[in-house]
This record gives sequence, C-alpha cells and structure tokens, in this order.
Amino acid sequence: MTDFLDTLTAAAPRLWEATLVTLQLSVGGAAVAFVVAVLLGLASLSGVALVRGTSRVVVEFFRGTSLVVQLFWLFFVLPQLGVDLPSMTTGILALGLNYGAYGSEVVRGSINAVPKGQWETTVALSMSPVTTMRRVIWPQAWALMLPGLNNLLIMLIKGSALAGFIFLQDLTFVTDQLRRTTDTFVAFGIGMVIYYLIALGASGVLRWLERRAQRRLGLAPPTRRERIRQNAETARLQGTGAVGAPAGGGAAGAPTGGGAP
Amino acid sequence: MIRFEDVVKKFGDTTVLEGLSFAVERGERVTLIGPSGSGKTTILRLLMTLEHLTDGFIYVDGDPLTHELRGGKRVERRPKDVTRIRRRIGMVFQQFNLFPNMTVIDNITEAPVHVLGQSREEARQRAHALLDQVGLKHRAGAHPMELSGGQQQRVAIARALAMDPEVLLLDEVTSALDPELVNDVLEVLREVARTTDITMLIVTHEMQFARDVSNRVLMFDHGHILEEAAPDVMFTSPEHERTRQFLQAIL
Amino acid sequence: MSFDWEFALQILPDLLEAFVRITLLVTVVGSLTAAVLGLVWAIGLRSLPAWVGRPLSFVLDFIRMTPLPIQLLFVYYTFNNLSALSVGIIVIGVHYSTYMAESYRAGIESIRKGQWEAATALSLPPHRTWRAVILPQALRATLPSLGNWAIAMFKDTPFLIVIAVPELVTEAKEIGGRTFSYVEPFTLAGLIFLVASYPTAVLMRKLENRLAY
Repeated sequence: MTDFLDTLTAAAPRLWEATLVTLQLSVGGAAVAFVVAVLLGLASLSGVALVRGTSRVVVEFFRGTSLVVQLFWLFFVLPQLGVDLPSMTTGILALGLNYGAYGSEVVRGSINAVPKGQWETTVALSMSPVTTMRRVIWPQAWALMLPGLNNLLIMLIKGSALAGFIFLQDLTFVTDQLRRTTDTFVAFGIGMVIYYLIALGASGVLRWLERRAQRRLGLAPPTRRERIRQNAETARLQGTGAVGAPAGGGAAGAPTGGGAP
Repeated sequence: MIRFEDVVKKFGDTTVLEGLSFAVERGERVTLIGPSGSGKTTILRLLMTLEHLTDGFIYVDGDPLTHELRGGKRVERRPKDVTRIRRRIGMVFQQFNLFPNMTVIDNITEAPVHVLGQSREEARQRAHALLDQVGLKHRAGAHPMELSGGQQQRVAIARALAMDPEVLLLDEVTSALDPELVNDVLEVLREVARTTDITMLIVTHEMQFARDVSNRVLMFDHGHILEEAAPDVMFTSPEHERTRQFLQAIL
Repeated sequence: MSFDWEFALQILPDLLEAFVRITLLVTVVGSLTAAVLGLVWAIGLRSLPAWVGRPLSFVLDFIRMTPLPIQLLFVYYTFNNLSALSVGIIVIGVHYSTYMAESYRAGIESIRKGQWEAATALSLPPHRTWRAVILPQALRATLPSLGNWAIAMFKDTPFLIVIAVPELVTEAKEIGGRTFSYVEPFTLAGLIFLVASYPTAVLMRKLENRLAY
C-alpha cells in the first residue's frame, strides 16, 4: 500500500501533465468537431444540391477512412507535402474532422426529427429562414442531438489515446512509461481511472445540458429557480401578485438518439 | 380578397384539385366542408404556401401569390414577393404547433418582433391583450407542455392574431381536442368573428359553429365545389343527394 | 513530392495482404465475439439480481468509457503468454461487446409489454419466453445496429498498432518508416478502408430500412 502511494506521489506531476495533454486534445477536438458537425449538418440540409452533395462526400470520406489513418496522414504525409503543423494542432484537427463528420449526422438527424408542423408554422408566421432555424428549429433539435453528441464525445476522448504516436506525451503514453518503472496493474489502473473520470465528467456536462434543453421544451419539470423566475414573469405581466403556475411537466424523455455511428 | 383561378394540385399521380376556381370577398367567412380527401385542407395549405401549386393562380387582393403570368407565361414569383403577400395571411393548425422551446408569451411575440419588427414592449402589450381575449392571461409565463390542448389552441389563435392578418385560415382547429375542450376554443373564434372584419376560410366538422360564423358554405367533393349556399340553406335543404349524405353522416 | 504510382503499385500487395490476413480476421472474429458477449451482458443485466447486475453494469460502463489503446496495452502486458493478435481480438471484441449490449438492450426494450404478458399468460418457462418470443423479435430490431458497430470496430482495428499487431495501418507505417515515403502507404490505407467500409455502410442502411416495421 505504501509502495502504491509512493509510486503515485512520485508519478503525480507527470500524470498531471499527461492529463492536461489529453484534456487539451479532447476539448480542442470537441470544439472543432462541434463546428464541423454543425456546418456539415446544416449543409446536408441545404436546398442547393451542390452544397448538399459536397457535404455528403466530405462526411462519407471522413467516416470511411478511419481516424487513425487520418491522424497519421495529417502527421506524416502533410509535412512531406510542405505543410508542417505542431503535433497538438494535428491531433485536434484529426479528432475534430473525424468526429465532426459523425456529429454532422447527429445534427442532421435531429433537425429532421423536429416535427413538420413546427416548420409549417414558421411559414404561416412568415419567419425568415434564419429566424426559423435560430429561434424555433435549433432549440428543439439541440435537445434531440445531445444524447448522440454525448456518445461521440466519449469516443473522441478515447480516440485521443493514440497521441503518443504523434509524439505527444498524453495519458496513455505516460501510463505506458509508468508501467516500466512500476507494476502493470498499478500503472494502467491509474491511467484508466483518470480516463474514466474525464469521460464521466464530460458526459455529465452534456447530460446537464440535455436536461436544461429538455426543461426549456417543457419535457422535464423546471427547477425551483426556473419556477420562481416563471412566476415572477407571470406576476410582472399581470401587474398583480404571483399566481402559482402549476407545473404540469409532460412525460420526460426525448427519443434518445445515438446508437452506432 | 382571395381568388383561385384554375388551380390544379397533384400529389404524385393523385390529382387533388383539378381546375378549381372560386373567390372570397373581403370580410367574408367561408366554411369548406366535404368528405376527407376532398381537398379542403389542401386549399388552405396552398393559400399558406405550405404546398406547391401544380398549376393555376391564386390571387390575394389581385396580387398573384406564388405564380404570375409574365409575357403570357406562367412563372414562379420571387420569394421576396411571396413573403410580402403571405404576411397578410395567418393560419391556425389542427395540431396547434406551439413552439415548445418558448413560453406562451414568447410564442405570441416571436413573429411580431422578428418578422414585423415591433419593439419587444409593444409586442408584449399586444400579446397580453390577446391572451386576455382568449382567456389565458394567467398562463403567460407557462410552457406549452403545461397547457391542455384547448389552452394550447387558444394560444395558437392569439399567436396568429398577433400578426394582424387580413385573412385567417382555420384548419380543423378542434379536431385534435377532447370533446369537452372544443367549446372554449370555438367561443374564442366566435368572438374574433364578431369583433373583427378578418376574412376567414374555415375547414371544420363543427356544423353549429359553421352556421354561427360563416356567410357561405362550400361543399367539396373530389376536388370540385359540388354546391355552395348560405349556411342555413346548406344545412337544411341541400341541393345534392351527396351533400345530404355527407351532412347526415357527420351530424 | 507527389504521388508515385509505381511505388504505390509496388506496395499494394503487401498492404492488401495485411488487410485481408489481419484486419479482416480481427474484424470478423472480433465482431462475433462482441455479438455473443453483448447478448450475454444484455440478458444478464435484465435477469441477474441487482447485487451482480449493478457491478456488471459498472464494469461494462468502465470498459466503454476508457480507450482501446490503454486496454490493449494493459491486457498485453498482463497476459504476456498471449500473442498480440489474440490480445487484439479479445480486447476489441470485449470493448465492442459493451456497445452491442446497449443495442441488444434497446432491442429487448422495444418489445411491447404485451409480449411478456402473453408469454406469462401461456405459462411459458423463462427460457422459452426468451428463445421463442423475445429474442427473435429483439434480434430483428437489433441487427442493423450490430452491423453498424461491426463497421465501427473495423475502422478501429488500426488501434491495434499500439501492441504492434501487423494490420493494415501498422504495415503502412512500417513501409513509410522504411522508405521515408508516407504519402503512398497512408493514402492507400485510407482508400482501402473507404472502399471496404462505404459499400458495407450503404448495405447496412438498406438492411435497416428493410427490417424497419
């Protein structure tokens, strides 16, 4: 036990550094992936056939050629073509492009899943396409896409574990080094627990966002603070005392998207 | 106010409307009846530009809505023009279609603020008055999901009225409601009919309501107008056997 | 530096050999392992008492939420009597079984309650209920999802590079390191993946549409 603690204490600074590298890759990759997913997802719903087609080809290309190949291609081939990117940038780009392509399918599916009547109503109210998307469709699609994005985020974090091959000292790389100086079980045990915690945290954040989005749609009961704000709003509008708005709260549980990419 | 001219609508191989022509005067309330599949709802949806017009023309106040004749050829109008004309028309749907991501008041102010460019305060005051009118003043801050179907539909009516439409389309607005909620909604609409001069096209199975508010009833069958008459005449002594059968079946 | 067709043609046989002998082998055996284990987990989670079910569910979550490379290294160094290829197949199979278990679960849950009640009303024993009533319906609903996971696994086989299993990408990287020319091997590797996975994915989508009730 003391051995274990000693090992942990000695390795802590390096493990911390390595965790930061993994976190940077994950957060950066997720940010790029999100932007790519939204752009490609919206493009795949465009009325212009050329835009739609291009998005389709890009998505199928990145989905079809495997993350590892893309990572190595960016890292080993690009320099030979005269483009030299830092390792971290390469890693973030590979993760972002690959999972962005998968994410675009989630975005597309969720937007398509918003009931047709919602679109029709925006026509009846003469809303512009931008207002329609921004104010009506997106907030509803957002709640639908979060479970799918959650799955992809976990996969993206796991996908970052190959960063050692592009000379980044990430968590997997440092764990493997730690194995040489200590016990296999201890080293990998620590490494996997850290990954698990990162994934748990990331997934928790997205679930929190999902609950928030569902509450906005009235799919989950509002929190106490939201209830208070709501009542205050009602009261302000009426110019009278607060009227308790009984929160009905319909059946929770948006269709969980996700599944296999 | 509204004029259909040789309107044709096909869904794939099925022809729903074949060369339909009729006109509705400003301020008129016209009820469309007929068996399902006779094309009533399609007429409202064409007018709201929710469906593509296969052939013919629709005029709003003499202005062609989606297609116009230019140099003897029938061409589509520019989206900008369609939007401008469409803005004069409002619609209430069978399934209410409130925006679930907005509170009741935001549902009503959304389009006035973002489409008509009203100030937030102006839109709110108007919305508030409309909510009062439909009897839901106390639910301004609620989410649509917390409301009964009847309440949702009354909000949807307020939302359509907030755009100050010259023409209001009512598409089976009570069909999705539990029977005990129907009357509140119809009462609100009777009130609208009494206090405004909005032109209305109504598709409904509520014959008493049709009788109360409309000036004219059109009986549709297979995409044609089988007969038209004032409601009293239509509901008591229709000309056609087919109309008699239809009315018997639904009353 | 441009694409050298002659060089590409020269290395293609080696790449294809690695692809067929290792990548496809890992995918096929790994998918079968995952499909069988996934079903075991899914039924287990539904029928086992909570004191086994809860820990099992935690372990599956843990495996699903930690990266393949670190799992590969861990098993590889813990069981050093196993070949890298066996470790690769077992680890990737177990990893994806946790995903497939979720698919089975969704498939089982999609069976309407009335089916269970009808089985109870007929006094069917549990194994008949599962084998004759629930599974045939659930599997039909699950099949496309399993197929999609198999495709995902296929594209994850290059992770086996961490324990030096000579699959397609390992081979490509090796050629690149030897010849200092990475363009051709990695481009070809990507193309081989694309050519193999795209038609399969399209096929799965067709299957999905056909099986949808």
